[in-house]
Amino acid sequence: MFDVWPPALIMVAGAILIGLLRGHWRTLLVLGTPLLSLWAIWQIPDGVAATVTFLEYPIEPIEGSPLRRLFATIFALMAFGGGLYAFRQAKWYELAAAYTYAAGAIGVSFAGDLITFFLYWELMALFSTVVVWCGGTPGSRAAGIRYAIMHLLGGVILKVGIEGVAVHTGSIDVQPMLASNFDTWMILIGILINAAAPPVSAWLSDAYPESSPTGSVFLSAFTTKTAVLALILLFPGEPVLVGVGLFMVMYGIIYALLENDVRRILAYSIVNQVGFMVCAVGIGTQMALNGAAAHAFAHILYKALLFMSAGAVIYRTGFSKCTDLGGLFRTMPLTAVCGIIGALAISGFPLTSGFTTKTMISQAAADESLVFVYFMLAAASAGVFLHAGIKFPWFVFFQKDSGLRPKDAPWNMAAAMVLLSVLCILLGVFPNLLYAYLPYPVEYVPYTAGKVLFYLQLLLFSGLAFFLLLPLMKRTLTISLDSDWLWRVLLYRIARTIYTTGASIGIALQTRIGKFLDALRKRAGGHFGTQLSRAGVFARAWSIGTTALWIAVLLTAYVLFYLV
Amino acid sequence: MNDDNLHWLVRPATIRKLWWAFSIVLALTVVAQFIIYVKGYFGVDGWFGFGAVFGFLSCLAMVLFAKALGVFLKRDEDYYTAQDDAEDGKGDGDV
Repeated sequence: MFDVWPPALIMVAGAILIGLLRGHWRTLLVLGTPLLSLWAIWQIPDGVAATVTFLEYPIEPIEGSPLRRLFATIFALMAFGGGLYAFRQAKWYELAAAYTYAAGAIGVSFAGDLITFFLYWELMALFSTVVVWCGGTPGSRAAGIRYAIMHLLGGVILKVGIEGVAVHTGSIDVQPMLASNFDTWMILIGILINAAAPPVSAWLSDAYPESSPTGSVFLSAFTTKTAVLALILLFPGEPVLVGVGLFMVMYGIIYALLENDVRRILAYSIVNQVGFMVCAVGIGTQMALNGAAAHAFAHILYKALLFMSAGAVIYRTGFSKCTDLGGLFRTMPLTAVCGIIGALAISGFPLTSGFTTKTMISQAAADESLVFVYFMLAAASAGVFLHAGIKFPWFVFFQKDSGLRPKDAPWNMAAAMVLLSVLCILLGVFPNLLYAYLPYPVEYVPYTAGKVLFYLQLLLFSGLAFFLLLPLMKRTLTISLDSDWLWRVLLYRIARTIYTTGASIGIALQTRIGKFLDALRKRAGGHFGTQLSRAGVFARAWSIGTTALWIAVLLTAYVLFYLV
Repeated sequence: MNDDNLHWLVRPATIRKLWWAFSIVLALTVVAQFIIYVKGYFGVDGWFGFGAVFGFLSCLAMVLFAKALGVFLKRDEDYYTAQDDAEDGKGDGDV
């Protein structure tokens, strides 16, 4: 049936085997599976590689294109990096869940039809929830449930859209569309929920920081970037996305500035970075889509690197708040250096992968004469340096001396961080390594003296602003209300009110009916009054129901026996 | 611990030197615009020192905006758990 090995199924098979193997065999499996999957990804030719008919729908589980291969490649690379980072520290079921989650992301990358797309999409939702739960604390349990509700809701909305498109157009192909009717809007909203777009961005910063130090590395990579890929495939040039993206960019910065928890700062900056990509998809030119794809690729590497650095700190110290941390550069120099490289890359410093990819998006905005977008993105670039580029390393590794003297990261965590640091710089110094694999031909030249100088001014003076405004940035032991307040508090209060009102109405009714029945009984006289008063109204109804159920069961059994 | 004498990186003298070095680099990035032409896509962004001023001011604006927003949005860390305990009374987690 398949001329090619399906890379997603290789990951699923690997994930299943993780639980069965022990010791070195498991290590080999954890590190080998993503590489095998990566090999399979590069065997997939352009175009539809396999078609299966299911319920008269042509299912195309594998469709190759440069864009799809690019995303699948980074997902497989990330699974490898995450596996290397986690395999000695994470529980086997966390690794298995994370690999299945990665399989979902790779599967979505190659989905040629909306049904396959949806199945892998839900696979991601399910197993990312398990990864959140692997945090193992009451907080992660609760956050995981909220996360699951949000993603299942998103899935339902997506499904409504897909079914609408299938019924009304007769085609389930993954192909560009515009949000022009109810069906396509539903698909767009379903995808945007996964991209952490407003008003539900809060799911991301709620759930990711509750996972284990290793789990958040996996979580940072797949869900939002799969959503970016889905947007590129389905909604290139959708004008709504420009505004949505710009909002996400600013939202991420402002909330990250207010935040005290290290991983929550990084979580908000995911929203910020994905905002750049969403905005680029909205611009929709070849340059912009190249920029979105390239930025997603680079972003996965440096964001995972930042989460690895934060994870190593949390693993060694047990603390995750800026107010508890500080001065760790003394004993965790490698983690500090890798964290700083990640921070420079996310800020788009020249010679890092952030510079060679993010500036493509700004260039696309400039080419289209989108003045407002261009200046917002420039301000946001400065803001990224402020909230992630300096704030993260400063509060964790410098700031004050917290007195903590933890050991540096374990060797496998260190190896993963060094690997990603090297990649971040490699793509910054030799951008053509990445440009060669972008969906459209690249004529963009990232390194011109003027552009480098402009960004150096922009970034270094935001650095100056950071240190001058440091008194204003003093961390406090607080959280900031986000849109999740709507469902964690407001919706909860409404539900409680409805519940308590309903309950009191119920009780009132019950007493009324009871009185009414008493009156009836008295009127009927003493013939069967004794039994009635003993059985009670509800108990009697229940016993009849049970009897009916048993009769139904016996009848079914009888019919089954008769037929067999 | 081992900190009778401070790590060289956090000694006041080093920090003073770092500030000097940083200031010189900042000045250089602006002065360099005499030599290096910065292409402005929309006119203003080609102005002398535009990147520096824009970067600084947008950061200032964002920090102040965040600070102002924080007045309304900041809550105690146990806001969500405390609220559950208060309203629930049964203590069945903070779902």
